[in-house]
Amino acid sequence: MSQRQIIQVFEQYQKSRFQFVQTVADLALRPQNIEILQNAGVMSLLRPLMLDVVPSIQQTAALALGRLADHSDDLAEAVVKEDILPQLVQSLASQNRFYKKAAAFVLRSVAKHSPELSQAVVACGGVDALVLCLEEFDPGVKEAAAWALGYIARHNASLSQSVVDAGAVPLLVLCLLEPEMALKRIAASTLSDISKHTPELAQTVVDVGAIAHLAQMILNPDAKLKRQVFSALSQISKHSVSLAEMVIEADIFPAAVSCLKDPDDYVRKNVTTLMREVVKHTPELSQVIVNCGGMAAVIDYLGECRGNLRLPGIMMLGYVAAHSENLAMAVILSKGVPQLALCLSEEHEHHIKAATAWTIGQIGHHTPEHAKAVATSDLLTKLLELYMDASSSEDLQAKSKKALKSILQKCTYLPGLEPLLYDVPSNILKYVVCQFSKVLPNDSKARRLFVTSGGLKKVQEIDAEPGSSLQEHINAINSCFPEEIVRYYSPGYSEVLLQRLENYQPA
Amino acid sequence: MAELLKIKSEVEEFKKEYFYRNRYFSHDQAEENRQREYQAANRIQSWFRACKVRAYLSHLHKKAIIIQRIWRGFTARARFRQMVKAAYFIMKMNFYEEMAIRIQRRWRGFFVRKYIHNYYARKSYLEGLSRKNELVRMELAELEELQKRERDCVEMVKEQTAKVYQAHRLHHLLSTKQCPGVFNSPFRPAPHEMELLLRQVKYQAPARLDSRGRACLMGILGPTAPSFPGTLGSQWIKTTGTCCSSKPILPPISSKKQQGLFREPGEVWEQRMLCPDLTLRLQTSYTHLEEAQNQLRHKYIRLPTGKLGTGSMLHHLSHSSNSFTQPAYAKSLR
Repeated sequence: MSQRQIIQVFEQYQKSRFQFVQTVADLALRPQNIEILQNAGVMSLLRPLMLDVVPSIQQTAALALGRLADHSDDLAEAVVKEDILPQLVQSLASQNRFYKKAAAFVLRSVAKHSPELSQAVVACGGVDALVLCLEEFDPGVKEAAAWALGYIARHNASLSQSVVDAGAVPLLVLCLLEPEMALKRIAASTLSDISKHTPELAQTVVDVGAIAHLAQMILNPDAKLKRQVFSALSQISKHSVSLAEMVIEADIFPAAVSCLKDPDDYVRKNVTTLMREVVKHTPELSQVIVNCGGMAAVIDYLGECRGNLRLPGIMMLGYVAAHSENLAMAVILSKGVPQLALCLSEEHEHHIKAATAWTIGQIGHHTPEHAKAVATSDLLTKLLELYMDASSSEDLQAKSKKALKSILQKCTYLPGLEPLLYDVPSNILKYVVCQFSKVLPNDSKARRLFVTSGGLKKVQEIDAEPGSSLQEHINAINSCFPEEIVRYYSPGYSEVLLQRLENYQPA
Repeated sequence: MAELLKIKSEVEEFKKEYFYRNRYFSHDQAEENRQREYQAANRIQSWFRACKVRAYLSHLHKKAIIIQRIWRGFTARARFRQMVKAAYFIMKMNFYEEMAIRIQRRWRGFFVRKYIHNYYARKSYLEGLSRKNELVRMELAELEELQKRERDCVEMVKEQTAKVYQAHRLHHLLSTKQCPGVFNSPFRPAPHEMELLLRQVKYQAPARLDSRGRACLMGILGPTAPSFPGTLGSQWIKTTGTCCSSKPILPPISSKKQQGLFREPGEVWEQRMLCPDLTLRLQTSYTHLEEAQNQLRHKYIRLPTGKLGTGSMLHHLSHSSNSFTQPAYAKSLR
């Protein structure tokens, strides 16, 4: 055969290899094909193609592998088992940018499924290779590398530590400053994943000066970037007071409040999460946020969103109110209590209701003024219902009971307390009766109202063990009223009267 | 005397004799009696001694009691004086403390009410907070409104450009005099907006099919284009006049009139060309100074009978020949 014909054979083989790899890559885009491909043994076929002479075949094979591993856990494990990872990592150092992108994609899709697979990626030196990729010029390569590092660091603290030890953090901060939007997003998301585990990791991220750069990007028009930026800031500030103070010193606050009107739901949720993480540490930090009008904005936000998106907002109000009675009064004045009542009635998930009950308890337990504000919105009966409802989860019942108790101990608003005399378990009843016994001796109008509304009758009907605190309170109440009235309202009085009638002899 | 003495001594002997004689007769009785009398005498004596001693002891007791009484009175009075002093001191301290408590109570009340639980500060803080909340709510509402409007604007612009693009692609559906187009049905009261767009779109041959070419093929829209606030749409449409296809069209050359009072070109030309005065050089020649010096030297050499001063003048002159500081017109050497 002539030379030409021989070379033609090779060219044909190359063409068919390329076609195979291309088709597999395209098929791997659809999830329904994955199983079939897996059963056909695509992994073992792709593996030698990754070592192919032709660069474009290598790249497409890597891309196909990445897509396959992305879809399913087993394929990712198969990638690990077949020892493809060490080859990938070695070639990451040497090849061109398209191959690097594809290889970083494979590492990412393997690492995303579970901590063990991420550990396998780390063990074969993947992290160092990815950090080298972060120093490249091409933004696509940097993006793929940063994404892979983010997925590795997401799982647990030790994996994050290995990412940080490889020196990724300064390079990620440099990536934040690049003009490409996708790269900024991914860098912010990776920083968020790194700093979420422990305070030391968050401190490492802060030491590189990430906060200033993140703070600059708050008013960027891109919604996804804002999501990641706020998520990163909230993960940093959640660990300790000093970190939260550093985040506040970056002067985010009056500007971030305007992001609460962003059309994107998750941006708003992440802003509220950031506020919650900052507020929970000290009263001074809460004061900063309240003073810049954050409270009003969060309460309006609660009115506009539904479901799980409300949870950070509710918890933020609870943390603010928990610090001091000034701040709790600020929550009340910003019309927080009606909004929380709406949340309680509209939401059905138990954990959200539990959070709302906790928040209401934090607001109402400071002074009688606060308890009155809570009682006038009719929240005491709602809390009681939640406590008594058998279908509430244990957490919900415990929280609503605690909230109810703490509010009742300060409540002197009698019209709010009256409905709680009826159908109430005795451990709550004793607090209610205790409050009545404190208020009634001093207020004559309240006494009159108590009698006319049937409260005295109800109190007489309560049977308590003599000597218990409940009985003492009942006695205290009875001593506020004249003897005849008490006897009139005592149960069975009509029988006594009839008995007397029968025994009476007219003179 | 001697008889007395003798009788006295005899008495003694007589007694002895008597005793010895009686002894033998009544010694039992005397013995008995002796014992009894002895005991009786003993008793009496002891009793008497006892009385003596008792009297002495009671005397001692009384005196001791007197001493003790006086001593006790003394110490008790001293103690009492001390107690009185202490009670007085305590009373004074109580009084002071009570007064101090009164002062401290007032001070604490004042201090706490003014600095720690300042009611008015709290009230004004809460009022300020409500105002701030109102402000923030208003501003956020405005901001939301603004952003919504911007987004709507951008949407509208996008729609409009899409429609213009469509109109350009469907330029061939324009209705002619003879045949009404698709969008200009004779049954409609007025032509469809698409028809109007088609009429405004100007057809241009597709020169290049890259994105810039496509943008240039948008066609020129007349003044009937809907006016929206300065966004990319209007810029886009306005710039089609200038950046069209591969050959940039230059603006036409029109002879514009000069503005303002200018001189005739001839005058200016003359001024430029025939103006020998405007040079940076001296009016005199380069070697003018040396020539003048030579002239002077010649003048003074012709008059050798000149004063001695002239020699120095020459000297001065020769010195000054090195420095070109004297300009040509300063000829006032003499």
